[in-house]
Amino acid sequence: MSDFKSNNKVVNWIDSRLPIFSMMQHSAIDYPTPRNLNYWWNFGSLAAVMLIIMILTGLFLAMNYSSHTSLAFDSVERIMRDVNYGWLLRYLHANGASMFFILVYIHIFRGLYYGSYKAPREILWFVGIAIYLAMMATGFLGYVLPWGQMSFWGATVITNLFSAFPLVGEHIVTLLWGGFSVDNPTLNRFFALHFLLPFVILGLVVVHVWALHTVKSNNPLGIDMKGPQDSIPFHPYYTIKDLFGIGLFLMFYLGFVFWAPNFFGEPDNYIPANPMVTPPHIVPEWYYLPFYAILRSFTFDLPFLPAKLQGVLAMFSAILILFALPWLDTSKVRSAKFRPLYRQFFWLFFVNAMVLGYVGGMPAEGILVRLGQFCTAYYFAHFLVILPLLGKIEKPKALPASISSPVVKAAALGVMILVGLAGFSGQALASGGQGPELKKPAQPFSWEGVFGKHDKATLKRGYQVFHDVCSACHSMKLVAYRNLADIGFTADEIKALAAEKEVTDGPNDEGAMFQRPARASDKFVPPFPNDKAAQAANGGALPPDLSLMNKARVKGPYYVYSLMLGYEDAPPAGVTIPEGKMFNHYFPGNAISMPMVVSDDIVTYADGTKATKEQIAYDVVTFLNWAAEPELDARKSMGAKVMVFLALITAMLYALKRQIWKDVH
Amino acid sequence: MADQAHNAQPSSVDGQTRRDFLLYATSAVGAVGTGLALWPFVHSMNPAADTLALSTTDVDISTIQPGQSVTIVWRGKPVFVRRRLPEEIADAGKVNIAELRDPQADADRAKKAEWLILIGVCTHLGCVPLGQKPADPRGEFGGWFCPCHGSHYDTSGRIRKGPAPANLPVPPYQFTSDTTVRIG
Ligand code: FES
Repeated sequence: MSDFKSNNKVVNWIDSRLPIFSMMQHSAIDYPTPRNLNYWWNFGSLAAVMLIIMILTGLFLAMNYSSHTSLAFDSVERIMRDVNYGWLLRYLHANGASMFFILVYIHIFRGLYYGSYKAPREILWFVGIAIYLAMMATGFLGYVLPWGQMSFWGATVITNLFSAFPLVGEHIVTLLWGGFSVDNPTLNRFFALHFLLPFVILGLVVVHVWALHTVKSNNPLGIDMKGPQDSIPFHPYYTIKDLFGIGLFLMFYLGFVFWAPNFFGEPDNYIPANPMVTPPHIVPEWYYLPFYAILRSFTFDLPFLPAKLQGVLAMFSAILILFALPWLDTSKVRSAKFRPLYRQFFWLFFVNAMVLGYVGGMPAEGILVRLGQFCTAYYFAHFLVILPLLGKIEKPKALPASISSPVVKAAALGVMILVGLAGFSGQALASGGQGPELKKPAQPFSWEGVFGKHDKATLKRGYQVFHDVCSACHSMKLVAYRNLADIGFTADEIKALAAEKEVTDGPNDEGAMFQRPARASDKFVPPFPNDKAAQAANGGALPPDLSLMNKARVKGPYYVYSLMLGYEDAPPAGVTIPEGKMFNHYFPGNAISMPMVVSDDIVTYADGTKATKEQIAYDVVTFLNWAAEPELDARKSMGAKVMVFLALITAMLYALKRQIWKDVH
Repeated sequence: MADQAHNAQPSSVDGQTRRDFLLYATSAVGAVGTGLALWPFVHSMNPAADTLALSTTDVDISTIQPGQSVTIVWRGKPVFVRRRLPEEIADAGKVNIAELRDPQADADRAKKAEWLILIGVCTHLGCVPLGQKPADPRGEFGGWFCPCHGSHYDTSGRIRKGPAPANLPVPPYQFTSDTTVRIG
């Protein structure tokens, strides 16, 4: 550090007062790094980049978010619909959380495989676990903020975990809630904490890097650097390698943001929170699923240790046990490369964790309960039995004398991404596997595929169906008349459409409320003044708001399409449908309150298209999809441009990297 | 000299002890002060006065048919009011109380056997159990079924199967007339 000298007088003047330049030189440029790090070592810096992206997007989202129960859901939808690039910020943030966990999980498994937790890196490992814990808390708090059904019930279930502790449990839960259930005080404090924690993580990351730079990086061989021939300076070798990794990662990440932004989300979270109704299948976010499976594996009461408390204790121990890992693993050899037995158990552990994740995402029934219990037992056995024993019985292979030839395998990155995807598809299956096979329209929806857009003519017909038929009972509160410009209506047409309805305004100068025709800037006027009125007029059943319908159901567009065509005049033999309800193949439980409305020629299309019932269903589903995702067209066309750019710069970074590394290889 | 040294020894030990004592005492007082200063912060997170102002809810039960249930809101939580059928009451009475996870007689849970009033929050992790609507699953014991982790409650709202540790709680309530109940 002391040998820093610049030719620039100003730099030297500053540096002798605040050694910021020599610190940079020391820890980001000259920092001696093992020359043989493979691509698995990219994930630490990738996670740091992700943290910065999360803090930035989060900051700008916070400028438009309202943390009040009556405003939160709509403020998020306003971000999606009205705030410039709001949809981009929100999808970056929501998918970013999943990405952050993917990166950190890979980073953790990298550490497990190469024994990065062993002396002298124990404290580095501890700080890492602390970061992981803080991330779990942050992710949980953030998931509550949109105030959808999963937000609310996830918050309810997770906070209730603390009630398992004897005596103090209930008090802790009340303290967390600030009331008698998850409610406005809860949402407010969760927002405050969600804003704070990322900066705590940032602080921990600094400590993590500090510890790293004290003990230096581990490497695939797991042996210490013995001299200058084993190391290379961080810059430019690893700066360029990290940048290349960032390019690849951004393509992966933004692929989700632009083309499958709700892949990691739950459709239920597009339904506003309702404290009176629990969704039939609540699951936490995918990154908690293994621990959720452990929580649910305990079903037998013991004296003084009810099943619930056992589950909670096991779940917390499953993470805390990582702190003991440096001592549970008794082998002196770090890298699994030289530990033939451990290498196999490592992969068993990995598969076990994936299976736990799968079980955690499924309803706790039948064989899955047993499977979850078995995997939970194995999880703990891995740490408490297998690792201590392995160190004793395993004969490690001979370690090389020094870090010889560098090992750089580009293929590793691809393999890893595939492994990751395989794990998550389990959850996608889990959430989509129920109910009958859905109908598909003869002609695929225009917006499907990589370049698909909403078809304007279909949208106009769909709007006509909504306007003439659906809107008699269903509201669409998040869409405004002005938005119709998107699907090709002129300003005058919109004015006329709005003026069909009246809204209450005021108070006027006399202090009285008055009725006036709706304007373009008003939201679609609902058919009933409030939910109670809607229920009363519909035999007790509430026609759901349609703004987000396509996003709020599993495989939404197909579900709605099937539902509209899934009516049967009489229920099949053996099925009884309560009075006032209809039989529908696709409605959960089959008894639906909505009558069969879609039939041939219920509308006459202005453009002369023949109004078969399939055509009507097709058109209205397209309109509903636009209502739910008005940003879709802009999102996809931006995505295409971004991908072209990223492909270009990543290729350039790769070429540059090869040039820089030429002499090291 | 020896004497002096001998004398000096205790006095310095004495000084040392006094100093230690003062150090510990001061630290203890400081720790107590810090703890006390923390309390307002912690307590500010507990339910505020307006939240605490315990509300009561009056329910008109005259329109509830035998076998029917209604859900009302009390303190932001669902409260189940079920008008039980005679067989349901009989079922609830038949159970061997000693075998229950949370032993309680049906008579202790309903002021009037026909009317069962419960807080509709699963004692496991707080979901709202199903069983209020005619089409809902009611679990293996004919009462309520919690879909979250599969807890089964009987026709007295007692936990019979699944992970929940306790019965569905009974809120404070009284019959203010033959057709109204005040909850809270
Ligand atoms: S919350 Fe009801 S079973 Fe878990």
